Amino acid sequence: MTALILGAPAPGSGAASLLPSLAAIGLHHYLAVAAILFVLGLLTVATRRNAVAILMGVELILNAASLNFVAFSKYAHGGVSGQVFSIFIILLAAAEACVALAIVLAIFRSFKNVDVLKTTTLRQ
Amino acid sequence: MGNPELQFLSHVSATTVVFYVLAALTVVTALGVALSRNILHSAFSLLGTLAGVAGLYFMLGADFVGVVQLIVYVGGILVLILFAVLLTREITDIRISNLSVSLLAGLPAALLTLALILQVGLRAPFPRATAAVAPTVHRIGDALLRDYLLPFEIASVVLLVALVGAMVIARRAVKEEAAASPENPEATK
Repeated sequence: MTALILGAPAPGSGAASLLPSLAAIGLHHYLAVAAILFVLGLLTVATRRNAVAILMGVELILNAASLNFVAFSKYAHGGVSGQVFSIFIILLAAAEACVALAIVLAIFRSFKNVDVLKTTTLRQ
Repeated sequence: MGNPELQFLSHVSATTVVFYVLAALTVVTALGVALSRNILHSAFSLLGTLAGVAGLYFMLGADFVGVVQLIVYVGGILVLILFAVLLTREITDIRISNLSVSLLAGLPAALLTLALILQVGLRAPFPRATAAVAPTVHRIGDALLRDYLLPFEIASVVLLVALVGAMVIARRAVKEEAAASPENPEATK
């Protein structure tokens, strides 16, 4: 029963009407959430001054991409390829966070802050 | 059993309600990450975002990805970020530890980008397929060791390189700090 409901195409949005309905959850709802996440991550990366906060924005963007992969894997592809891609994204995010935070710590030790507007030289 | 159509409707509405709760959790906490003045509040908001995305994975039937998200993101990356926040912020000015520049220009740009993405994404005719809700661990393991074997091996090398690189970068900083403080007897050796 659950498989039938979760896997069924949304009744309100057939091939005739491309715009999704609000009640029946389909691919477009996940795409909308991922779009909001991506834009907020973009805003964070563009406007923050703290390097650690910029890293959080990068994590938001990666999560949005990963959510898109899983949503497409369920509603438009049907296999597990999208999920494998999203596992690789999570893995690369872990590696990226590890190296980037080490760099942030090194910057903090030499500049005494992590404000990206003040760290303008490569060495002191 | 009752009326099957009524039962179907109630199931659908439960799914809908759970989806909207998770989506609201994700979006509201992501707003906190993007707009909070306090970097600690941002970090804890990120917890809600990551957990909400994990819940959305579970709703999409991706149980393995959801568990990986919880373990790696919430258990690993978030703790790493919290450590970085606590190690790098100045205690005295926690209120202004998370300043933003040109938010007045950034917000309209972000809203325009969102409108563009939604305009394209919600109108595009995507192909439809139905994935049965079933445990995915078997199939993901098969895919990793068959179709994606080379990326899998490269990923392990990438992890090793990142581990060694992070250690080298952080260790150099610790050594410099130890050499800078003269009262530390270890530094002279």
